[in-house]
Amino acid sequence: MTNAKPTTPEAVNQQAAKEAARRRRRSRTALRRWRPKLLLGAYLLFVLLPIYWLLNMSFQSNSEILGQFSFVPQDITLEHYMKIFTDSSWYMGYVNSLIYVLINMLISILVALPAAYAFSRFQFIGDKHLFFWLLTNLMAPPAVFLLPYFQLYYTVGLFDTHVAVALAHCLFNIPLAVWILEGFMSSVPKEIDETAFIDGYSFPRFFVKIFIPMIRSGIGVTLFFLFMFSWVELLLARTLTSTGAQPIASVMTRTSTASGVDWGTLAAAGVLTILPGIFVVYFVRNHIAKGFALGRT
Amino acid sequence: MAEIMLKSLAHSYLESPRHAEDFAIREMTHVWQQGGAYALLGPSGCGKSTLLNIISGLLVPTSGEVHFDGNVVNPLPPEERNIAQVFQFPVVYDTMTVYDNLAFPLRNVETSETKVSERVEEVADVLDLTSLLKRKAKNLTADEKQKVSMGRGLVRDDVSAILFDEPLTVIDPHLKWKLRRKLKEIHQRFNITMIYVTHDQLEASTFADKIAVMYEGQVVQFGSPRELFERPGHTFVGYFIGSPGMNFMRVRASDGHLYSGDVLLPITSSSLYENVTRCTSDNIQLGIRPEFIEVHDTPVERALESEVIQVQDLGTYSILSLRLGNVALKARVEEGEPLPADKAYIHFPEAWTGLYVDEYRVESGDE
Amino acid sequence: MNKIRNNRAWLLILPMLLLVAFSAIIPLMTVVNYSVQDVFDAHTRFFTGTEWFEATLNDRDLQAALLRQFAFSFTVLAIEVPLGIGIALLMPKRGWQASAVLVLVTLPLLIPWNVVGSIWQIFTRGDIGLMGVGLRGMGYGYSITSSAVDAWATIVLMDVWHWTPLIALLCYSGLRAIPEAYYQAARIDRASKWSVFRYIQLPKLTNVLVIGILLRFMHSFMIYAEPFVLTGGGPGSSTTFLSQSLTTMAIAQQDLGPSAAFSLIYFLIILLVCWVFYTAIMNMQKEKYHGES
Repeated sequence: MTNAKPTTPEAVNQQAAKEAARRRRRSRTALRRWRPKLLLGAYLLFVLLPIYWLLNMSFQSNSEILGQFSFVPQDITLEHYMKIFTDSSWYMGYVNSLIYVLINMLISILVALPAAYAFSRFQFIGDKHLFFWLLTNLMAPPAVFLLPYFQLYYTVGLFDTHVAVALAHCLFNIPLAVWILEGFMSSVPKEIDETAFIDGYSFPRFFVKIFIPMIRSGIGVTLFFLFMFSWVELLLARTLTSTGAQPIASVMTRTSTASGVDWGTLAAAGVLTILPGIFVVYFVRNHIAKGFALGRT
Repeated sequence: MAEIMLKSLAHSYLESPRHAEDFAIREMTHVWQQGGAYALLGPSGCGKSTLLNIISGLLVPTSGEVHFDGNVVNPLPPEERNIAQVFQFPVVYDTMTVYDNLAFPLRNVETSETKVSERVEEVADVLDLTSLLKRKAKNLTADEKQKVSMGRGLVRDDVSAILFDEPLTVIDPHLKWKLRRKLKEIHQRFNITMIYVTHDQLEASTFADKIAVMYEGQVVQFGSPRELFERPGHTFVGYFIGSPGMNFMRVRASDGHLYSGDVLLPITSSSLYENVTRCTSDNIQLGIRPEFIEVHDTPVERALESEVIQVQDLGTYSILSLRLGNVALKARVEEGEPLPADKAYIHFPEAWTGLYVDEYRVESGDE
Repeated sequence: MNKIRNNRAWLLILPMLLLVAFSAIIPLMTVVNYSVQDVFDAHTRFFTGTEWFEATLNDRDLQAALLRQFAFSFTVLAIEVPLGIGIALLMPKRGWQASAVLVLVTLPLLIPWNVVGSIWQIFTRGDIGLMGVGLRGMGYGYSITSSAVDAWATIVLMDVWHWTPLIALLCYSGLRAIPEAYYQAARIDRASKWSVFRYIQLPKLTNVLVIGILLRFMHSFMIYAEPFVLTGGGPGSSTTFLSQSLTTMAIAQQDLGPSAAFSLIYFLIILLVCWVFYTAIMNMQKEKYHGES
């Protein structure tokens, strides 16, 4: 097929005549039309294959895993899942992780909302420097804070509590939340605020009744990010806990023992850490498309 | 340059349209002659933009054909139809300069740079963009951006047609008038078919030689501005064109007379009566424009007595709101003519009275 | 937007400030404190000045780890940015497919980082992993425990798997913000696919791409859990990145002074690169848009 675009009406007519012939050759262009889908399909396969393999392993007995190589479990077993759900030191790992993630999300969003509002609406002494300093915390490698955190939380008696991990994760989650929310709030016209104040709204009432509903999807996306970064973090969570608030990520290290690795249980535990993520994504799927631009397009 | 014919065209945005209401464009056949300046007039949501997008190829119609000079162009994408289209809201390529924006459609078909600069400068001159040519398009005002958008449509001198989709919505009122003149000028100079979509009757009648009025997905009348005013082909045209719109009265025939409600309408033409009696439909209306109703402040022969509800003084003329039986009417009285106080005696000249059956005009035989 | 001058805004910021100060300033002071002292035990310590900093900067192992770190960060950025843009362009825009693809693409982002390491460990092992067994079956002696090249390639692949979704989602939402009229106008103007990308899509993506590149740089520069689980830094030290060197030094060897100095240098490098990148982009944009007006 020719790609030349006609530049005169006569050419359009010729093109129209040619088009009739082209329709007969449509089959050849089918590949062109399917190419995007094929490429995307290949990428999704790449995303799903390792996860599938994890799932595959989690349903096999350890002897099957090590004994024979199979693409699907030959003899589906739930033993690894049973082990996790019946052993409190295992399932409490999930509970602990979820507890500190939720505490962190709550603290972060509560302090970030007013702060983001201040940054998006007001000019005040040191605002730019403060904002920059906040963002630098986002760039701080958790490894840097490992030791000081351990000592700090040990000293104040918070070591091995959910609150310790939740507070530690505030280091990067609060700046992130302020940053994302600021973007969303700045895209809300200031006239909204002024109109509300003229209508006699007090600041707290305006903030809760009018402003927060307006940036609902922004808050949804922020919570998504807060969940994500707190849920996936291992280094700080592991360092600040021992037994009382041990996160699932560090419970999982138990599968590796002197006598070898308990692959099946490791896989099953891994599968179970993915589930909350799927749940959260499903929850915000309609906001992700817009929200990931962080209000900045 | 081409003659554009729409043949039994229909379009629906739904996958499996069932009722007539499911269609944005109801089946229609229509011809736009080569070189005409046309307006497509109608309220928002009547399918104007849909029709435009079908002509340019942005939309593929559900059924029917689009012909350019007798050739079916349905399978051709817009880039192969050689057509220009200007949208309601400005579309500019932010990162380019105004010059590059205007040159874009030409460079895409590998036009020589000398030709490009010649055309761009000519168009920039017509649209008063010359001083902005080196500016980034991002920093322009809405007015200027829209002029750049229009410029991109005009810069191609070889197009089959230029389609305008309410192009002056964002333009300042005083500039609107100027730009409309420019478009008319360009039309006369290059003899290009132009189709101009608008919901503003004034804009349509100043730009176009012929106006197609659209209503609920159909072209209900296609004619000169004068025809649309004097002989609306459809009650909607009567309402939509003119201010205030046309008066309509439901009528029925009974023992040799025409009645509107209980009021007997004195008529002389027998064909009008016959036309009414011949109708099987019970949706029969008489229509007359407020401008054509004769108003007297004293009783005259064959005039009907009506009650004056309100008088609106609009400077050089007044608009009377009247009640005849239980029908509300409006009539226009020029400055200096006698203005009735509570009773007006009105007469409907039959030359200006139209008969509408099922909303469409029916011409009487003796006219 | 014109902002109102109001110093009472500090009141709104205060709670946030206290919390972040607690989690950032106090620990950072501790680090600074350690970096200039030699600590023997809780009661014996000496002031050392810049000694630890000099030692750290001259440490061959750390220099090598820094180089590896930069090489890694730039490699993954060079792959993930174009790939992410490509994926975003391919993703369906509406219908149930859009939601489904969105959820699938987002999935790797929500997996705990050490589990990402485990997934790839299981996936690539030569005895039980699909990829490991597959590659060996094809005759390639794939092994991440003995070949540095294999280990590197696998970690890069894992990072691409893990983080390309972030770039893709950022770009996807950037693309969604482009009004349909732009694409229509481009078709009318007979623009090629490349022109549409170059003049319509890419300009709209600049903002989100800046965010994406910054986030990706920061996170790739701090990478710890995934390679730790997958390769343990080996073979040799071929996949030992800065965070792992630091953790080993601080926790395993308890070298408080040097690791504190190392921490500060590490932090400053990230800050510096981010600042340079951000300033460069902002200047470029300013020139691009305001240079001639």
